[in-house]
Amino acid sequence: MTDRITLSLELNGVPRRAEVFPMARLLDVLREDFGLTGTKEGCGEGECGACAVLMDGRLVNACLVPAIQARDARIRTVEGLARGEALHAVQEAFLQHNGVQCGICTPGMLLAAADLLERHPCPSEAQVREGISGNLCRCTGYAKIVDAVMAAAERMGGRP
Amino acid sequence: MEPTCVGTSVLRREGRDKLLGAALYTADLKVPGLLHGITVRSRVPRGRVKAIRFGEGIPWDEITVVTARDLPGPNVVVHIGKDQPCLASEWINHPEEAIVLLAHWDPYLLERARAAVTVEVEELDPVLSLEDSLARRQVIWGEDNCFKAIRIEKGCVDPVWAEAAHVLEGEYATGAQEQLYIEPHIVVAEATEDSVFVRGSMQCPYYVHHALVELFGLPEDRVRVVQMATGGGFGGKEDYPSMIACHAALLARKAGRPVRIAYDREEDMACTTKRHPSRTRIRSAFDIEGRLQALDIHFLLDGGAYMTITPVVLSRGAIHAAGPYACPNVRIQARALATNHPPHGAFRGFGAPQSLFALERHMDEAAVALGLDPAELRRRNFLRKGDTLATGQVVKEDLDLPGLLQQALREIHYEDAKAACALQNASGGPMRRGVGLAVFMHGCGFTGSGEVTLASRAGLEALPDGSVRVLAASTEIGQGATTVFTQIAADALKIPMALVTVAERDTDRVPNSGPTVASRTTMVVGKLVQDAALALRHTLLTSGLLKEPYGPDAFREAVARHLTERGPLEAIAQYQRPPDLQWDDAAYRGDAYATYAWACYAAAVQVDLVTYEATVEDFVAVQEVGRVINPVMAAGQIEGGVAQGIGWALSEDVRWHRGRMANASMTNYIMPTAMDLPPIRVFFQENPHPAGPGGAKGIGELPMDGTAPAVLNAVAHALDVQPRQVPLTPERLMELVEVPRD
Amino acid sequence: MRGQVPDCRVVAPSSLPEALDLLGREPQDWRPLAGGTDLMVLFTAGRLPETRFLDLSGLSELKGIEVQEDAVLLGALCTFTELRQHPLLRAEFPNLVEGARQTGALAIQNRGTLGGNLVNGSPAADTPPSLLAYGAELELRSALTGRWVPCEAFHTGYKQNALLPGELLVRVKLPRQPGGLAFHYFRKVGTRKAQAISKTCLSLWARLEEDRLAELRIGVGSVAPVPFRARRTEERLLGASAAALPLAEAAGTLMDEVAPIDDIRSTAAYRRRVTGNLLVQALERLADWAGSESLR
Repeated sequence: MTDRITLSLELNGVPRRAEVFPMARLLDVLREDFGLTGTKEGCGEGECGACAVLMDGRLVNACLVPAIQARDARIRTVEGLARGEALHAVQEAFLQHNGVQCGICTPGMLLAAADLLERHPCPSEAQVREGISGNLCRCTGYAKIVDAVMAAAERMGGRP
Repeated sequence: MEPTCVGTSVLRREGRDKLLGAALYTADLKVPGLLHGITVRSRVPRGRVKAIRFGEGIPWDEITVVTARDLPGPNVVVHIGKDQPCLASEWINHPEEAIVLLAHWDPYLLERARAAVTVEVEELDPVLSLEDSLARRQVIWGEDNCFKAIRIEKGCVDPVWAEAAHVLEGEYATGAQEQLYIEPHIVVAEATEDSVFVRGSMQCPYYVHHALVELFGLPEDRVRVVQMATGGGFGGKEDYPSMIACHAALLARKAGRPVRIAYDREEDMACTTKRHPSRTRIRSAFDIEGRLQALDIHFLLDGGAYMTITPVVLSRGAIHAAGPYACPNVRIQARALATNHPPHGAFRGFGAPQSLFALERHMDEAAVALGLDPAELRRRNFLRKGDTLATGQVVKEDLDLPGLLQQALREIHYEDAKAACALQNASGGPMRRGVGLAVFMHGCGFTGSGEVTLASRAGLEALPDGSVRVLAASTEIGQGATTVFTQIAADALKIPMALVTVAERDTDRVPNSGPTVASRTTMVVGKLVQDAALALRHTLLTSGLLKEPYGPDAFREAVARHLTERGPLEAIAQYQRPPDLQWDDAAYRGDAYATYAWACYAAAVQVDLVTYEATVEDFVAVQEVGRVINPVMAAGQIEGGVAQGIGWALSEDVRWHRGRMANASMTNYIMPTAMDLPPIRVFFQENPHPAGPGGAKGIGELPMDGTAPAVLNAVAHALDVQPRQVPLTPERLMELVEVPRD
Repeated sequence: MRGQVPDCRVVAPSSLPEALDLLGREPQDWRPLAGGTDLMVLFTAGRLPETRFLDLSGLSELKGIEVQEDAVLLGALCTFTELRQHPLLRAEFPNLVEGARQTGALAIQNRGTLGGNLVNGSPAADTPPSLLAYGAELELRSALTGRWVPCEAFHTGYKQNALLPGELLVRVKLPRQPGGLAFHYFRKVGTRKAQAISKTCLSLWARLEEDRLAELRIGVGSVAPVPFRARRTEERLLGASAAALPLAEAAGTLMDEVAPIDDIRSTAAYRRRVTGNLLVQALERLADWAGSESLR
């Protein structure tokens, strides 16, 4: 058995530390060591995007990030989207437009959507579809999700 | 207060929790002392176990090991039959049979242990195709490999062929389809000698309950099953949770500690049930005017190694096989056969997508042969009020299939689209376009006498704060059951939705409202919720505690007073067979369903002859589903079903290798991404039906039935070919349009 | 998770010399790890034999895009996203950018690296066909020495490459074209429109002189054990007039030159024919482009 490493990172704006194995997946570290179970596992092979989080401002699949590569990173998960009781604009839009069904893809989908709107505050429908193309949803056919992201963009008025 | 909830798009009740990442799925449970459980499987399609060896280098004394020898009673996971073992002991009938279960707190040690178990098997010749099963090359189930045979006859087809103006034949095939819910199967079990408690991801808590009661031989009240937030089901979590719950409970009982079994994606895809592969032969006769005179249909399903729920899948497929057409002479012969694949099971549509695919493709082929537009041929044959379906069921409702067709044609701009396609396709370039239709129906609720047998119960209880809680075992799996029940109850009680909650699906607390399947939750269970709510309201009104008209405060006060002054207030309604519904299961005659949802779908596709890829560019889904309770959520059901249908039509191809799924990963089993799907345009025509609450029918499965034939009909139109198999992958399409090179 | 997480050791050197030194001393022991988009998949599935990893992700020497007068140097750790976003690459090497855009989806593109895409050795990788079409060279370094090899010589067999024990791929050099008009065609045929593995992929670069094909490079992927340059097809076409390209003959040559297989993603017959079709489409577009250029 190898030694654990000290993983320090900024998690949803809060400095956190944990002793973890270097090849532990960021996904497992978030869920088990930090107790943030909002991030979901759908495939474990970087295909479904249910575990998508923002790492240093970029969308990544947490199942493909070994803990050692998350040292000193800024991580944002679904738990870090709302401000207190106030939902993030994409969360609010998903609620209003029924962008959620079973909810298991939702955390990753929200982060993909938030990331997209950071980069493209006024996206076309094609850009929205590309922006969430790494997040598989089996319930919605993506229709209401696309509606929600477009509506969130409008609500945010082009401001990321 | 007047009813305002039903018919409006109120927001999803559990939506906020899901959006915050706070909804509790099974994997999110913190369970002290939890062990992990894993499964060692057969890996060969058919054989006989000779020995199980536990290799060296593993501290076996620390690991909980369960084999068939540890079973407390009969070795069975009960569904319709009792043929499926919980753990294979001697005979192996498919490559994913569970043989050994292992549990330990250290998942990494468990992986090494799994690799150290060797199951020595004497292999036997497997049956891996419908043809081999039909030919009885090996008899692997019963006396003839046949799980169930059904014959439906209306009129007599035999004399028709000789006199018909047109006689056509075709054979159509559909492949297995993986449900691919994004949350794989998972349960957590706790067990003692005389009790079992299971929490998990599932559609049907009482199915799991039944299986555990049978396996452990316990009284019903010693087994408790709770559904956690469930990340999709689509039929895939109808029967398999019983298997995995039994496994986890066996380990937990032996270990004396809670055990979690969580399948990873590969194990989930390889081992659990899929849509039944099918083969349908159709012989049809039309008169000179294009009116159907006879349909002779042979429908086969590959059921896999055990019966599970295959007979009822076959039944639904057979009953839907003649489609929404008035045909005086129909003969449907259906059989479900055993093979050495893992058992196939429920997936949205439940047999109907298979037989309707065949029929709706056949109708387009007939249109070509008769020189009629496919829309016109269908129009000439539509069922109308007073006509009879294949089982003799009389259409009693105001059915308007021409109206559905007309709206679909209008929305897809059918005539313009056809003209544009003709222009484009004549230009000789590699991009071809086509437009296609399908008209179809889906029976709501359990088939035949199924609802009578289920005798579902659901209701409401009053709470001390003056609110009420819906009691039903029907699960929220994303489809919106919680929200719809709330709407129905609030309207019936004439109170705001804020005063209604829905109880956790816990077999200790909610009555058995039947499985969450068969497009029955809104129509059948929703009706029970409505009846119970009306009864509860009646109790309050007749008690004198509540007087009409009343507001929310008066209602709360009345409820609270009832609880303090008169005791508990609860109303449970039980399904009653409507007097005008008759079904003869022996003859397969009568009212197969209380009613049907009806639809016409239209697809516009583009095919690139450089790559043979078909892309759906526009999709119109028009349906009549009675009264729509929540339009946005109902549209969400249709859109999701259409997406699954497009996947089944074009890309979702289960590849088999010696009975095992060879592409058991999300990388290699190709479901659509957001970039693969068109906008899906959904339209409802409302026609309230008395069977459902507020006139609602079922809708969940409907969109699966007509999507694939609409898409393939559009491809047929684009290329002037007749594809007869789904998925129509680019590889298969190439074979249809190109002459082989060598 | 079927990988043996507790058994795995990871070393994260702070400089390239340190990394090469370690690799030089124990070349068989260390499996390099960059963006993890392939390696972590295998690890999670329990299909990775190694338990010792050399984390390259912090090495600044392997990062960045350097534009020189006659070449562009890409660090092996360049992500697909960096390739997609670089203005000069978009202008001069559009095929490579398109390949990066069609690799996985955004979360993969943000982590997956050009070096990993090459070293991984998958015949279905999305950037090698374009690197072949652009005549790329790869810099391989060990603790003692460095060398440049043509991209064409890098892949030596199914999932095998020219790296010697102790060597790392550090940079990729793309020669810039000195003026003149060039034609670029890239098309990946994947299993779907995103998150797709290629079934065939063709990247073509051509330069015309006086209406004739003076230079031509065709890289193909997923149709042989390695991504490769279709030399025989190139030879069949070189010197031909853009107005009278031998489409059918060239496609026939290419279909003979490829060696595809049946697997769970496609069939050999499909891969062969579609690769030929892609070439025909590329050449038709080339002819159209040449026609419109000559009108200017």
